[in-house]
Amino acid sequence: MATRTIKVDYLARVEGEGAFKVKVRDGRITGAELHIFEPPRFFEAFLRGRAFTEAPDITARICGICPVAYQMSAVHAMENALGIRVEGPLRELRRLLYCGEWIESQTLHIYMLHAPDFLGYAGAVEMARDHGGEVRRGLSLKKAGNEIVSLLGGREIHPINVRVGGFYRVPTKRELAPLAEKLKRARDLALETVRWAAKFDFPDRARDYQFVALRHDREYPMNEGHIVSNRGLDIAAADYEAHFAESHVARSTALQSRMTDGSAYLCGPLARYSLNFDRLSPLAQDAAREAGLGATCTNPYQSILVRSVEVLYACDEALRVIANYEPPDRPAISTPVGAATGYAATEAPRGMLYHRYRLDADAKIADAKIVPPTSQNQASIEDDLVSYVGGWLDLPEDELRHRCEQTVRNYDPCISCSTHFLKLEIDRG
Amino acid sequence: MRRLVLGIGNRARGDDGVGRLVARLLREKLPSDITIEETEGEATAILTRLDGIDAVHVIDAARSGAAAGTTLRFDVTAAPLPETLGALSTHGFGLGEAIELARALGHLPRIAIVHVIEGVSFETGAALTPVVGDTAFALAAHLAAELATS
Repeated sequence: MATRTIKVDYLARVEGEGAFKVKVRDGRITGAELHIFEPPRFFEAFLRGRAFTEAPDITARICGICPVAYQMSAVHAMENALGIRVEGPLRELRRLLYCGEWIESQTLHIYMLHAPDFLGYAGAVEMARDHGGEVRRGLSLKKAGNEIVSLLGGREIHPINVRVGGFYRVPTKRELAPLAEKLKRARDLALETVRWAAKFDFPDRARDYQFVALRHDREYPMNEGHIVSNRGLDIAAADYEAHFAESHVARSTALQSRMTDGSAYLCGPLARYSLNFDRLSPLAQDAAREAGLGATCTNPYQSILVRSVEVLYACDEALRVIANYEPPDRPAISTPVGAATGYAATEAPRGMLYHRYRLDADAKIADAKIVPPTSQNQASIEDDLVSYVGGWLDLPEDELRHRCEQTVRNYDPCISCSTHFLKLEIDRG
Repeated sequence: MRRLVLGIGNRARGDDGVGRLVARLLREKLPSDITIEETEGEATAILTRLDGIDAVHVIDAARSGAAAGTTLRFDVTAAPLPETLGALSTHGFGLGEAIELARALGHLPRIAIVHVIEGVSFETGAALTPVVGDTAFALAAHLAAELATS
């Protein structure tokens, strides 16, 4: 039997550490496996016995790239458990904070981690030598996101100003004003980014994904919405576990999530965009169309373009929030306590993030469940490689490895969240 | 001349936070015109802090297999951080990339020194290893003296 093995011992430009193995027999792909080997991080166990008020700050530590997402899913799940809803300016400030994280996280991936694949460089450093202006633009754009997170979150990384019921401190209108000026400039840079990414040479690939994302009745989804799919799913976060199941696979220290019927699904920018194009601002919709995107996108290599549209939207939306902002009377609403279970899903930059907490009578956390987006996308990453690698088997080994890495990077996998990432091995027997 | 001391690391992961400990130890000891900052180590966050700086001293943890508490000093204006050191850094897209991005973009300070301290324990929630902590105090004292006279 003609067999072949290809290994990539370390996959760069992803958040974390892991490995990938593709099996090839007689010229056919017979399997693809994502191996995640960083020890599990036990955050769900850390949370047991802690006060419900501690969840936002503890879960923010899961990831240095998307801490706001963890805080947002945590506070919404706690508020769901306690039977309260945060509305008005406090809700808007949370949306502004999430915009900040989308801008900084998505821009980091676009410019530093993913664009080098399309421009033929080993990494951002090599790209910067020839494309300094573009890299500077990315840094300036990302900085605008950092400044939102710093102002609302109290600091750039692992923000500390978010609490169940609202914030510890809210900004004045005067404090937000200079941010608006910077965001206007950032919005211009984001539009340039969409136009820049539109010129990349995208492999002509598409798959019939089962898209899953939040959908809200009037907003592009960040903090809330029903969980919907392009196959007719439409459920509340509380019903998540009736439709999605995590299982342990021996090759990975991260749990792998699938629909309960065993099918893989895709969450993240492509799913969010394809299920919510009509919720984007007119500016973002126009930019997407100008870039050649339709109302849906099924080419995973165009995820960098969809991300750039989402960054543009986040700048636009942040400016809307700031323009309408009137400070609330109080930085947080009161939180009654009692035994309860709460559920929430929010849209982290790289996909849906589900939290469930069970609180005991003292409002201590009795049980916690956290399903990060990269766990949910593991099966889709494997399916992408199975679908595409077969067409590349005649390529030189280095180029084949690079195509596989690029395919994984389409997902901006955050193994820091799911555990940590990534080596690549192609087993041709 | 704008001078910066930058401590890098994750304080929730044992010896990874030693660079930030050194920065904190220097807070009361340096001339007031020297800025002291801390960051977790993501490359663009480091790069942003180098903008407009004339002289920087960066302190980070390393995991090279050397004896715990071993310190090394690199003048990164003369050469990149050694490749082996880059692999030893505890941050994926981190200090090494930040320095080379700064060099490529013409943002590297005229004086740029990286001090690394070998750690042994990087687990979540781990305490600082005593010998690594001792080294942090020694390095802080050394830098305080050097920067007071330079």
